[in-house]
Amino acid sequence: MIISEQKPLPEILKFLEGEQRIFLVGCKGCAEACYTGGEAQVMEMKQKLEEEGKTIVGHAVVDFLCDKALVKFRLKAHEAEINSADSLLVMTCGLGVQATSKVVDKVTHPACNTINVGGARGEWRGEERCLECGECLLDYTGGICPLTACTKGLINGPCGGAKNGKCEFEPETRDCGWHLIYERLKKLNRLDKMKTIISPKDYSKMQPPKNLRTTIMWALEKEEKEAVKK
Amino acid sequence: MNIAELAQNGKFVVTAEVGPPKGVEIEGMLEDAELMRGRVDGINATDQQSSVMRLGSLATCRLLKEKGLNPIFQVTCRDRNRIALQSDLLSAYVLGIENVLCLTGDFVALGDHPQAKPVFDLDSVSLLLAARELGQGRDLSGNELKGAPQFCLGAIVTPAADPLEPQLIKMEKKVKAGAQFFQTQAVYEPDKFEEFMKAVAYLNVPVLAGIVMLRSAAMARFMNKNVAGIYVPDNLIEEMDQAENKAQKSIEIAARLINEMKPFCQGVHIMAIGWEKKVPQVLDAAGL
Repeated sequence: MIISEQKPLPEILKFLEGEQRIFLVGCKGCAEACYTGGEAQVMEMKQKLEEEGKTIVGHAVVDFLCDKALVKFRLKAHEAEINSADSLLVMTCGLGVQATSKVVDKVTHPACNTINVGGARGEWRGEERCLECGECLLDYTGGICPLTACTKGLINGPCGGAKNGKCEFEPETRDCGWHLIYERLKKLNRLDKMKTIISPKDYSKMQPPKNLRTTIMWALEKEEKEAVKK
Repeated sequence: MNIAELAQNGKFVVTAEVGPPKGVEIEGMLEDAELMRGRVDGINATDQQSSVMRLGSLATCRLLKEKGLNPIFQVTCRDRNRIALQSDLLSAYVLGIENVLCLTGDFVALGDHPQAKPVFDLDSVSLLLAARELGQGRDLSGNELKGAPQFCLGAIVTPAADPLEPQLIKMEKKVKAGAQFFQTQAVYEPDKFEEFMKAVAYLNVPVLAGIVMLRSAAMARFMNKNVAGIYVPDNLIEEMDQAENKAQKSIEIAARLINEMKPFCQGVHIMAIGWEKKVPQVLDAAGL
């Protein structure tokens, strides 16, 4: 399971500055289990954002957002709503945000931080990766993770090592992550995002908080031990 | 005077670089530096260039300083986290080093220890921020310092990158983060470089055009094929190809590029890559 936690509302509102019509995306997998992006949390978010004056043009809770083909299929049913939206707010792990970005030509904002739990990951088979850094940057980078798409994991823009959009490390096969981010932000007319100076990351956030280590599996294991004791 | 002050005073700034040796025999490197005395305004000490393990740039800078030369301390984010980087900046200051060039650094897999763990805890922009913070008496965590180091901060940019816009966006971020001068990746097309200089004029920061000495037509073709952000036009490759005396031709081309670009940039940075001893001849030929 991939553990996520919701970003503070002020951070989410900052992402949504200048945008009125928002489409919400949730996930019936890990995000529902973490109480960050299931149906209930999506409806809560709808209410919170409406209180802030936003218009929620629609929502979709997909099972699972880490299946790109399914995401495409499910969001297709909401095509008109999504087309009328300024942006999408995706209430899942970093993979869900990246999957949504891949299939929708709209700005996608992350509503959650993804936290490393060290255990089994989701069902993801795509090329995108989430580093579970606990400090999601996908808002600034057009829904493409700079930590994993860039060979060096740079967060403030490209180095000088790209040629024809490829990374000098593996020029035959590896795209320059920042070239992808640049092209995507340009397409979405949001190159202003790339001009933001991102402070050094807080790597302590990669450690899961103690309360989040109490996963269902962990609880079951503990339970079993106690049964033996009896 | 530091590099930014020289440029502010209207001096056409000339910098070159020395490559620290792989090992501890420093005589050759110091000879190279000695030949540049009085001819250049600053000498870069590269930081494990191309991710190849060598003598460090901090020690090299101190050696240059002891000889009365003006070192430019290259610092990359490849091998050190923010604790070590900030500490090395403090160390540089107490060793009398004023100019610092903040770089991201090459990826480790391209060097001679491809198994190494790449660090990149900071990047070129946040390293500049860190150095500026130290100058204001605070570290990156906001803790107060006993005595603040004052640096002249430099950064790099790749004017021949395609597309150029991402480089321009990052250059602006570097200026906002504290960069006071720029040295560029090699440029061989003065016309295009002039366009670049017009595009960055609003940043109002001195730019030293990068000159990489061509050694042969094959080297030029190799760079075109393999090195990102470098483009050597066909006419220069042909000139090198036909020249009988390659070294003489290389000096001639470098001097010509310098003179063609001099009217619209604030200086040049000469990367001789093994031909350091020829740097004075380039400057003679360029009339500098």
